[in-house]
Amino acid sequence: MDWSAFSVSLRLAAFTCLFLLPLGIWWGRVLATTQFRGKGLCEALIALPLVLPPTVLGFYLLQQFGRDAPLGGTWAALTGGGLNFTFSGILLASLIANLPFAIQPIQRAFEHVPANLREAAWCSGLSPWQTLWRIELPLVWQGILSAAALTFAHTLGEFGVILLVGGAIDGETRTLSIAIYDRVQAFDEQGAASMSALLLVISLATLGLVYGLAGKRRWSRG
Amino acid sequence: MGSLASAGGHVDDLIVTAQQAGPIPLNASFRCAPGELLALVGPSGSGKTTLLRTIAGLYQPQQGSVRCAGREWFLAQSGQRHSLPPQARQIGMVFQDYALFPHLTALQNVQLAMGHLPRAQRFEQAAQWLSKVRLQGLEARYPSELSGGQRQRVALARALAREPQALLLDEPFSAVDQVTRRRLQRELALLRQQISIPIILVTHDLEEATALADQICVLHNGVSLQQGTPEALFRKPTSPLVARLLDRHNVFSGEVVETDAGRRLQWGEWWLEVAEGLDRVEPGKPLAWYLPPSDIVLHRRGRPSQGERENPVAATVSEMVVLGGMTSISLRVSHGDMLRFDIATHAAKRNQLSLGERVHVSLLAEGIHLMPSQRTHTASHNKRNLL
Repeated sequence: MDWSAFSVSLRLAAFTCLFLLPLGIWWGRVLATTQFRGKGLCEALIALPLVLPPTVLGFYLLQQFGRDAPLGGTWAALTGGGLNFTFSGILLASLIANLPFAIQPIQRAFEHVPANLREAAWCSGLSPWQTLWRIELPLVWQGILSAAALTFAHTLGEFGVILLVGGAIDGETRTLSIAIYDRVQAFDEQGAASMSALLLVISLATLGLVYGLAGKRRWSRG
Repeated sequence: MGSLASAGGHVDDLIVTAQQAGPIPLNASFRCAPGELLALVGPSGSGKTTLLRTIAGLYQPQQGSVRCAGREWFLAQSGQRHSLPPQARQIGMVFQDYALFPHLTALQNVQLAMGHLPRAQRFEQAAQWLSKVRLQGLEARYPSELSGGQRQRVALARALAREPQALLLDEPFSAVDQVTRRRLQRELALLRQQISIPIILVTHDLEEATALADQICVLHNGVSLQQGTPEALFRKPTSPLVARLLDRHNVFSGEVVETDAGRRLQWGEWWLEVAEGLDRVEPGKPLAWYLPPSDIVLHRRGRPSQGERENPVAATVSEMVVLGGMTSISLRVSHGDMLRFDIATHAAKRNQLSLGERVHVSLLAEGIHLMPSQRTHTASHNKRNLL
């Protein structure tokens, strides 16, 4: 068992969730409640990582992360470090690869909140912030939880993008799924098996939690 | 209660004007005094709900104003523009589908609207409001565990718990069955005696408007055509269009003529006496006129009596529809117009009325109401009535 890879995977998944969820709530709500020019294009861009081969996404990110590219250059100017083959680099790649998982479930959840509930809240004297905290978030928390679980589980399993931009540097960019690949390449089937089992259990537990909690709402009956 | 204020208008009235060319055309104005109930009626698409949302601050027309209790909630006129958000308007709104918060209990729904009260008082006050709408014992229920009528009551309690300066009701009785509707309407009528704020009721149900409202404002394509008491509207609609929208029959066209006996209203072959208004119309000018069905008096067979000398008209019975205790009678006069009125079914039987029979009626001069002619509208609305 490669505990160092496990730790990298957990950190990566946790940070991805931490950064993406606020963005997911913000953008999910915007996409669900407003109409604007270019909304279709915006939604298509968000969904793109779902269908794009991870190697293609990884390839473009690799190019963008170089110090000669605008993104990599700006990052180097700000932090002094590079993006390719660093934890920051795979985190940034993971944030982009997980956009659809973080935004879409939350957007769907906001779409199911009737517009007149917001209006009823305003007419009852609630400010837009109070309306978000006391009416909207309690009604979409299931979508947020789904987004968190999907993002977390998907990050743990992400392979192609991470391998391309991160390589497999021990303790820095080698995640559990890359470690499994390494073990298989090295004919260490037992090592690969135990790590695969661990990933399977974590993924199943995460999704089980989401679907288990989904049914536990008294008010949603009838 | 409020009728004095409405007579001349008062600073505390809710006064609304709204004008815009599109996307929803509006050209409306109405006012409602504290304690008074104003019904906005009109067919769907007439702008009723848009005007209600304008009062609430959920919609802003290009031009107009909303004043309530002496405060300017919205003003968009000659370059000036300011609008208070819904939170700052102190309105109680009951939405068509109630818009109860599904994750909160009945009590919590009401409590949420009590931001103006100290936290400690809210629980007790909310419980009181729920008992006022006769929901004691159901405080802990979620909306999904309540019936349609109970949900409507929670919505009403939530609207009133805000201690609003205007109560806005958007078709509040449309989502419940007939029996519940009657009960809720009765409760609203009772509750009204306890609150002295303007109440605006949006409805497409004329019967409901007549039963509940002190004033009715008739809307059509975003235009407010007439505001008045139900009685005034039903007796004196300002135009044939208003009459049709109020589902009035007996709207005809005629012409003013000078006769040896004075001015008369010519209708086909008849010269009708009119109690009021003939002197204000130029002879020869076509006009429309309306007669409430209650002012059509059927002559009893072979027994002429007093009052029957007034505008006697001969006609043929062309339709008889029995609706329980009342029978709706349509009479065709010689030039083709149809007079319609209701009489008690037993009276129809006693008079042995039958289809094709020749009868005489009097058109009471007092009831004849003259209106400007609107041929184009009349034509298009005749079609609607036939459907």
